Amino acid sequence: TFNKTIDEDLFEELEETLIQADVGVNTSMKLVETMRRRVKERKLKDASQLREVMKEEIAHILVGDNDELGLNVDKDKKNVILVVGVNGAGKTTTIGKLAHRLKKENHRVLLAAGDTFRAAAIDQLLIWGQRVGVEVIHNQEGSDPGAVVFDACKSLASRRDNVLIIDTAGRLQNKTNLMEELRKVGKILARELPEANVEVLLVLDATTGQNAISQAQLFSEVVNVTGICLTKLDGTAKGGVIVGIRDELKIPVKLIGIGEGIDDLKDFQAEEFAEALFAEEEA
Amino acid sequence: MAVFSSLADKLQETFKKLKNKGKLTEADVAEAMREVRVALLEADVNFKVVKDFVGKVRERAVGQEVLESLTPGQHVVKIVHEELTSLMGSSQSKIVISPKPPTVIMLVGLQGAGKTTSGGKLANYLKKQGRQPLMVAGDIYRPAAIKQLQVLGEQLQIPVFSLGTDVSPVEIARQAMEKASAQGNDMVIIDTAGRLHINEELMDELKNIKATVHPHEILLVVDSMTGQDAVNVAESFNQELGIDGLILTKLDGDTRGGAALSAKAVTGKPIKFVGMGEKLDALEPFYPERMASRILGM
Ligand SMILES: Nc1nc2c(ncn2[C@@H]2O[C@H](COP(=O)(O)OP(=O)(O)OP(=O)(O)O)[C@@H](O)[C@H]2O)c(=O)[nH]1
Ligand SMILES: Nc1nc2c(ncn2[C@@H]2O[C@H](COP(=O)(O)OP(=O)(O)OP(=O)(O)O)[C@@H](O)[C@H]2O)c(=O)[nH]1
Ligand SMILES: [K+]
Ligand SMILES: [Mg+2]
Ligand SMILES: [Mg+2]
Repeated sequence: TFNKTIDEDLFEELEETLIQADVGVNTSMKLVETMRRRVKERKLKDASQLREVMKEEIAHILVGDNDELGLNVDKDKKNVILVVGVNGAGKTTTIGKLAHRLKKENHRVLLAAGDTFRAAAIDQLLIWGQRVGVEVIHNQEGSDPGAVVFDACKSLASRRDNVLIIDTAGRLQNKTNLMEELRKVGKILARELPEANVEVLLVLDATTGQNAISQAQLFSEVVNVTGICLTKLDGTAKGGVIVGIRDELKIPVKLIGIGEGIDDLKDFQAEEFAEALFAEEEA
Repeated sequence: MAVFSSLADKLQETFKKLKNKGKLTEADVAEAMREVRVALLEADVNFKVVKDFVGKVRERAVGQEVLESLTPGQHVVKIVHEELTSLMGSSQSKIVISPKPPTVIMLVGLQGAGKTTSGGKLANYLKKQGRQPLMVAGDIYRPAAIKQLQVLGEQLQIPVFSLGTDVSPVEIARQAMEKASAQGNDMVIIDTAGRLHINEELMDELKNIKATVHPHEILLVVDSMTGQDAVNVAESFNQELGIDGLILTKLDGDTRGGAALSAKAVTGKPIKFVGMGEKLDALEPFYPERMASRILGM
């Protein structure tokens, strides 16, 4: 249902598509303004051209200045991946998938059950550990998460393992106490493993709307978020909110989750993602 | 929640420019409606829902009442607030209790929405009302889902029925009903695995559970942080399964929660409870007026 020429209706349609993909009304309007300029600059005439240019623009934003979108994991170093995010976003599952992937890449992986709060969170990670065939450092439910993280750091330092992935309890970003607890975990890492490569992965659920911006902002204030894993992209949600997050907060998306299975983790591809934002309307 | 300078302020600004004209034209109202639209979209209300809604508000706003108001901005906000509140329905935190026990409640929804936790909260709430709930572990897929429910059961001193992970959820639900009859439980709360609304096989599984145990309440659990997709999810679950109400979770966060309006608008089903925390007593009735204020950032 497309007009062939570029007119007001087309710009409006573009804006609608972006908003419906959770890009957000402000970022969407900004993108459409950019498109108006591009149309003039490049003397575009055809509607299909405009959508291609829009995809390029979005992909460009998502790639950002650095093209190093991969996970920062070095075989010759000790590496820590701290996994954080709100409740139910997919942290524990992502850790299972990530451990599997890193193990396949011949890393020696260790997990830490830093969620000592949620019912059976430790058991959940233990099952993933079993599936993948990696050890899980854990303690009792209700115990201090800082203590588990401390133990796990000691283990990583003293063993041949080179990657430690730490699960944390889900927390809403406006809960000051829980956010302070997370800050402490970050400090323990810095103190115990000063030489290690540290990646802090924020897990965002693709079905989330504009609140993801607040999540990215506030988690970044307590730990140095170095990348995003966007989960549940196997549903009908597009996860467009990451465009604004990348643009404003400069946090790159590194991984995507596309299912509940052990292999359902992929590297983020900006072009593919931009393509998918417009997929429905072209189908 | 100061992310958003209030809609009232913005509208006040809009109308200030027109002060000397003495009369609101259609164009003036259109300008105000643009502000309303942006406010709702920023709150994650679904795009199409916003369109319909703004149309309705526009009709009312063009009328005399706004014209004659000394503070047209606030007046428009009042109209928006009223319409939002009425769209979200009345306060309805009632569970329909079957005259012939047990009353069966089934919780469904996307992965990670808060079903299992809400099941625990609901059981706790009912127990406090003197009922004897039985919780049913119908999620055989997610690692440690059964254990999670069992831990909640222990904390609450409420029995949990499980047949492990090798028996189908339909069979688990069927046998749970027998167990409830035998034990004299007057409420049965069935936890189900999270699933995508587009997963046919798993949606069929829910239909089969429904056909087997005839739940009195099928409640769709929706994460209040959900964005535009909330309509797809709610519409699909309602069409495929027929839901009786909604539980909106994680409202203790800082989300504006437009998903509430979206899900309500497309299903027409009442929001029965809201989740206000991870603890098992953090379940509250739904207040449409509060939700309207929240969505508007007031
Ligand atoms: N469809 C789909 N489901 C996912 C994906 N990632 C995780 N899930 C599911 O989402 C639900 C929540 O995942 P968890 O890994 O437990 O999330 P979490 O962030 O650790 O949750 P908390 O620890 O409770 O905060 C589970 O049912 C997972 O199987 C994904 O990429 N796609
Ligand atoms: N802050 C807050 N957290 C909640 C609320 N309801 C649930 N949660 C948390 O959200 C996460 C997911 O909750 P679950 O009950 O496991 O969700 P689920 O829908 O059963 O998940 P799956 O079975 O994996 O589909 C957990 O960390 C819960 O503690 C709420 O109202 N507020
Ligand atoms: K979620
Ligand atoms: Mg977890
Ligand atoms: Mg569950």
